[in-house]
Amino acid sequence: MDKPKKVKILKFHPEKCNGCLECEKACSMVHFKTKDGGDKSAIRIIKNGDRYQMHVCDQRGLCLDMCPVGALTRRKNGVVWLDKDLCIGCQACVGFCPINAMRKSVSRIQPFKCISCGACVRACPNGALELVEVKIDEIKEIVYHKLGV
Amino acid sequence: MLQGQIPIDEYKTGNTKHTWNLKKLRFAHRVLFDYNYKKQEVQKGYANRTLYIDLSKKEIKEKKVTEEMKNKFTGGRGFGLKLLWDSITSETRWDSVENNLVITTGPLCGITQYPGTGKSLCLTVSPATNIICDCNVGGFVGPYLKFAGFDALEIQGKAKDDVIIFIDGENGKITVEIAPLEETNTHLLTEQLTYMYASEDNDRSRQKVAVVTSGKGAEHSWWGCLNFSFYDIRRKVARVKQAGRGGLGTVFRDKRIKAIVVKVEKVHGLLNNPADPETLVKVGTKLHREIRDLDKYQCNMRAVGTGHLVEIMDAYDLLPCENYRFGSFPKAPKIYSTKFYELFTKIIPDGCWFGCTMACSKTVDGYMVKTGPYKGQKVTVDGPEYETIAACSNMSIWDPLWILEYNFYCDTYGIDTISTGTALAFYMEMYEYGILNKNRCDGLELCFGNAEAVLEFIHKIARGEKGEFINVASKGIRRVKDWLIEKGWGDEKLIEDTGMESKGLEYSEYVTKESLAMQGGYGLTLKGPQHDEAWLIFMDMVNNAIPTFEDKAEALHYFPMWRTWFGLNGLCKLPWNDIEPANNAETDEPTKVPEHVQNYVELFNAVTGKKVDKKELILQSERCYNWQRAMNVWMGRGRRKDDWIPYRSMGPVTEMEYISRKDRYDKQLIEKQGFNKEQIDKMSVKEKMKILYDYRQDQYQKLADAVYYRRGWTPNGVPTPQKMRQLGMDDPRMLKMLQEKIDEDEKAGLNVWGGKYGKGEKPPSIHPRYWEKW
Ligand code: SF4
Ligand code: SF4
Ligand code: SF4
Repeated sequence: MDKPKKVKILKFHPEKCNGCLECEKACSMVHFKTKDGGDKSAIRIIKNGDRYQMHVCDQRGLCLDMCPVGALTRRKNGVVWLDKDLCIGCQACVGFCPINAMRKSVSRIQPFKCISCGACVRACPNGALELVEVKIDEIKEIVYHKLGV
Repeated sequence: MLQGQIPIDEYKTGNTKHTWNLKKLRFAHRVLFDYNYKKQEVQKGYANRTLYIDLSKKEIKEKKVTEEMKNKFTGGRGFGLKLLWDSITSETRWDSVENNLVITTGPLCGITQYPGTGKSLCLTVSPATNIICDCNVGGFVGPYLKFAGFDALEIQGKAKDDVIIFIDGENGKITVEIAPLEETNTHLLTEQLTYMYASEDNDRSRQKVAVVTSGKGAEHSWWGCLNFSFYDIRRKVARVKQAGRGGLGTVFRDKRIKAIVVKVEKVHGLLNNPADPETLVKVGTKLHREIRDLDKYQCNMRAVGTGHLVEIMDAYDLLPCENYRFGSFPKAPKIYSTKFYELFTKIIPDGCWFGCTMACSKTVDGYMVKTGPYKGQKVTVDGPEYETIAACSNMSIWDPLWILEYNFYCDTYGIDTISTGTALAFYMEMYEYGILNKNRCDGLELCFGNAEAVLEFIHKIARGEKGEFINVASKGIRRVKDWLIEKGWGDEKLIEDTGMESKGLEYSEYVTKESLAMQGGYGLTLKGPQHDEAWLIFMDMVNNAIPTFEDKAEALHYFPMWRTWFGLNGLCKLPWNDIEPANNAETDEPTKVPEHVQNYVELFNAVTGKKVDKKELILQSERCYNWQRAMNVWMGRGRRKDDWIPYRSMGPVTEMEYISRKDRYDKQLIEKQGFNKEQIDKMSVKEKMKILYDYRQDQYQKLADAVYYRRGWTPNGVPTPQKMRQLGMDDPRMLKMLQEKIDEDEKAGLNVWGGKYGKGEKPPSIHPRYWEKW
């Protein structure tokens, strides 16, 4: 199988964001079929002083090697994908994500994450979000070489 | 080196591939008897029934788990003790027909959200000790047994031919099948059965099968272990974890069980139906993060597993070298964890159950076997863990590859790396002194460091060779001591003092000479000298945090109780204190790791829906701990005399040992026993050793006094009926038995303290029969 070489990740333009959270609502629609946003959204917009910050998975894939059942894989399009039918809800990926972007909502035992589907990009009334393509080799991160003795 | 982010399908171990004619193997099976059961879900951690199989009577039945049983025995090891009490007699021995091999789970077993939650507990009457031995083991079998519908499995009786017990949780059916053609040794048998019993020919299906096996070595020795499998979807290897101590595999093969296979219909994160899953997620994620951030600065378990202990023990003079004569060795750096790190296949996750991010189950894949029947094949070696590496330093083997070889064959032959290594280390010392020699060892040159002879010894056992030495040596140190003494070879005292066994079980791998509390941690145990009840060396020796007998007794009360709790619940102990919160040192009682204790309180409540606090956790343990000691008393092995330990674990047996640590011992004679430098200089080494010997023996007896008192036992170590009643363990048969034993001791004048109390010293109580006032 050819390994994916590129992946789309979200890019945020804080100067355009007004904190309306339409992106979060669109995202929770994708993952939980509700407009709740908040802890049911993979993307979070956080107010920091008078600026906004985006907090979302950047597809570097450190969690891929954490999953004991192989529920996390890189799909053909390069996105790190969680298969909820295989997932046994151990939260290893949630606990080990270096930026805490693997999310867990109370509504189900399996975590969820950004799949770069672009729903939030389309939902944003101000064009503050964008999907950009990056090379996987340049962003990927591995658990093991951080260890060693 | 594999670097990670490799798709699961692309991982390769490089192991030798086998092709099995599974149809032929299966076709040769004949169902002896079977049983259909109604599938039902686990409720708040309990399946609420246990499974009973009698291989002689060809009977299978279910037993109900009552609320009373849960309240008294909690689960896991506690259930095992209860089932054994109901099914064996005080005369039952390991090979009696009615001996019962019990595998249990525990209410928290099988949750996936917290590291270390997939342990099985195995109990039976041990060939080594003639009392109950309990082992805690990873792998998928325990959780799957519960998900298939049972909190415990009991096996009484013996089959006439080799059988496989198949618990089919998919179809609600148990079968006992004669299985003549399969291999016996673990690494092959586990693979055959994992493929044979999987519902479909793919990794996902194989992952739903878990197997218990043993091996040829278990048939011909008293060191048999049980191997519990877990299918690793990355390596595509059915890996194994061991219930190692006390010869459980020997009992398994004596019953002619070739394997137990458990299959589940599905695996997911909430099969326990916990009362409050979100708390599990919250507490579990917190611990995952702690491990993520701190493990690399603390134990480095994720990189090297328990092997990180080798360099620490070497540095503190605690690594057993040449039969515990020394605690460190110039060659030890050759087997430090860095050396094994180079050999491990670095594919995380390495947990023995889902969700364990401590990930201590390291492996070497594609290891080329050097000797024996599998010479030239490439295999996966599970481990080595600290105990296995240190068993090898004990035999003075300093080559990582020979350690892997030893590890592999012990596992696949189904023998315990600890008992085998400790025993061989003793035989080697006897060989060095000429008490044993090539002739007396069936042609083996068992000198320290001879790894080839070690492997040949193991192969001889597995082949069932019948030489006089192999026959007795494979039954362990106790039998060899008796044999040597009977033959009149060597000095009896030297033999008794150097052979590292207590209650008939070989020591695990720590040098305890300089820590009195840890001597108690090995001697004042239920099943024999194994560090799983208490590990107090640093607290006692390095930090001097428990200076008085009372302090030590308190530690030898609390920690054995606390550690017992893991066994009642189906848990691993490592995530309790092999990772600590960043602020742990600032808490009141850092050695207890209070935040993690609180985690367990929350987990227990979140699974069972009960509302207990940390005191109740200790009470849960105390009930079962006392029950087990009472059973030891019942079986004739739970008194002070049975808590005897060999002097090698207390102090220097030989002049060489004394001289090698002369400064330390001389200093102690001055500081602890009031000699002055001049007196010391005039004394011969022999004289000094004698003084030290008497002192340390007396210290140990005083420790036993304090501990028995703290635990609520008589001065002869018998749990009192009063204590049992206080704990709510009011089984009339047991209370009556205990009273009779205490009266017996009273008649024999044994209800007296063991230490010699001089001026200014006090025994724990001056009231005779103090317990009667409770
Ligand atoms: S929570 Fe699910 S996806 Fe994440 S590591 Fe555990 S099993 Fe894998
Ligand atoms: S790209 Fe899709 S999954 Fe990712 S944050 Fe946006 S909506 Fe959610
Ligand atoms: S939808 Fe756009 S503007 Fe609104 S919060 Fe999200 S990024 Fe900001």
